[in-house]
Amino acid sequence: MSNEAARTLANTPQAGFAAHPLAQLTIVRFKEFIREPEAIFWVFVFPILLAAGLGIAFRNRPADVLRVAASTPALAQALSGNKLLDVRTLPPAAAESALREGRVALLAQPAPEGGVILRYDDNNPEGRTARLLAGDSIQKAAGRGDPVPLTDRLVHEAGSRYIDFLIPGLLGMNLMGSAIWGMGFAIVDARRKKLMKRLVATPMPRHHYLLSFVLSRLLLLVVEVGVLLGFGAGAFGVPVRGSLSVLVLLCVLGSLSFGAIGLLIASRVQTIEAVSGIMNVVMMPMWILSGVFFSSQRFPDLVQPLIRLLPLTAVIDALRAHMLRGATLAEIAPQMAILTGWMVLCFIAALKLFRWR
Amino acid sequence: MPVRALRVQNLRKSYRDVAAVSGLDLEVRTGECFGLLGPNGAGKTTTIEICEGLTTPDSGTVEVLGLNWKTSANQLRQRLGIQLQETQLSEKLTVLETIRLFRSFFHRGPDPAACIGLVQLEEKRNSRVGQLSGGQKQRLALACALAGDPDLIFLDEPTTGLDPQARRQLWDLIEQFKHSGRTILLTTHYMDEAERLCDRVAIMDRGRSIALGTPRELVVSIGIEHVVEFASGGARPLDTGPLLRLDCIRQLEHHNGFIRLQVAELHRAVPALLAELDRQQMPLTGLRTHSATLEDVFVALTGRHLRDE
Repeated sequence: MSNEAARTLANTPQAGFAAHPLAQLTIVRFKEFIREPEAIFWVFVFPILLAAGLGIAFRNRPADVLRVAASTPALAQALSGNKLLDVRTLPPAAAESALREGRVALLAQPAPEGGVILRYDDNNPEGRTARLLAGDSIQKAAGRGDPVPLTDRLVHEAGSRYIDFLIPGLLGMNLMGSAIWGMGFAIVDARRKKLMKRLVATPMPRHHYLLSFVLSRLLLLVVEVGVLLGFGAGAFGVPVRGSLSVLVLLCVLGSLSFGAIGLLIASRVQTIEAVSGIMNVVMMPMWILSGVFFSSQRFPDLVQPLIRLLPLTAVIDALRAHMLRGATLAEIAPQMAILTGWMVLCFIAALKLFRWR
Repeated sequence: MPVRALRVQNLRKSYRDVAAVSGLDLEVRTGECFGLLGPNGAGKTTTIEICEGLTTPDSGTVEVLGLNWKTSANQLRQRLGIQLQETQLSEKLTVLETIRLFRSFFHRGPDPAACIGLVQLEEKRNSRVGQLSGGQKQRLALACALAGDPDLIFLDEPTTGLDPQARRQLWDLIEQFKHSGRTILLTTHYMDEAERLCDRVAIMDRGRSIALGTPRELVVSIGIEHVVEFASGGARPLDTGPLLRLDCIRQLEHHNGFIRLQVAELHRAVPALLAELDRQQMPLTGLRTHSATLEDVFVALTGRHLRDE
């Protein structure tokens, strides 16, 4: 190419939305993400596999039939009146070992002085249930009547199962993981490769660089949340009872708070190893304490106020309240306030500490 | 446009106790290709990064395109093309996507496709950056520097780490940009690169400029025109005394098993050398001569080589 041509070409104006630096930075960030197969797996596939696995493992099954043993046929006869008991008659030695090894939940023996001895382990829920059922059967067989007639009506409502508890937990965990990882790795990687320094040498407005992370995060958020909630609703009928606008607001705020934490973590770190370590140290306590897989209420009362201040706890509590109870914005305001606090503090600290090289 | 594209006066920069640049003066004229030549650690990168506005000097003045970084940073960035040492562009993006991104930062500049044409990467426009060879990556870095149609281009070690063929290809490209009226400041520790590309060269050592001029002027200035290197494989060491007494031989030093002579007149020095070896009955096991280069200038000025091999 002749050199005159080289300079004449030089003034092609780039028009349109897509030529804007912020649009370009966001598009580039988005493309970099979707071209990373591992990232796709961890953000989209892994939560679904986890939800499916746990949903199946902890599905609510019809009440089990409990195995119990009787040492005499008469007692066996009395016990078999209850459909929830599977009764077998065993000679004393075999009955002993069956009880010890947990093959039966309870052993009924005639007492020498009259009456019946029920042997079971009261630390075992099955043993306690078997005790109630066996006692009831024996008394009924002996002629006891019920003074008050009872009628059973069974409830299996969506919203009260383990999977209903789990999906908001996973969603919160996913919001945290993808925002912190997405921010932390991308920034430290760009710094390590001196790409950030190269960008700073161009007229690129620096706030556009940071904003592009926010925008690409929000784009991905739609997919992330949609996929997980869609899976929960489609496969298990997990409800979303609150309004869509509150859900969107909550997810956006959660994602921005975690993004600010990610930005703070990545503000100075030079190596991928170091940033991975810090991210894990920050996220690990929340994975455990914030009630992803089991209620955070199980931890001692003393630490409850601290646990409630964790951003992941706030997101998950608000998500559960919204999805399962249909909580309004006013009802989840405390959690939103906690998230806003984290976002503002971390963002200000990150801007103060941030190194472009 | 001002006559001077770049002026640096009494520039100083230290990192902790180490002085990277200690009192440097430079002037780059509009339209010329100016080279900072020096060994690793001479302060070339620090100097160029100060000129690029990436590093703040401890003291001294820097005037780029008649402007200074304190008051006109944004305006300056629009007019500079920069290629940094060691930048790794995002491997997941294609060549075209990368250029489009860089183009978006500048108010004016060539169309991304045309920009790719300038560095002859048309065939690779849709390839991922991760799949490019070292030379192609370096050409892409050059294209990024050209995305804003810069008046002044900074190239920091543009061919370091490339194979000879890729280096020559890059030199051809840089020569083209020279002819398009742009000003180029490049750093290098390859004397052949500086000789081939630069109109003027400043030789840097330990944070200072120790010589300045066209490559030709610099070579002439040291008063040696040729270098003779020879090895003699005798059992006893050669007595170099008689050689030094010859008036056509300026300097003698031992280097990598060879004895190296700086000579003014090759046609007198070589026969005299052969005669002396013959007189001492020493066999000649190697002999090579070359015209003096910028490397020899550096050796003459510092007693060290540009690259310590």
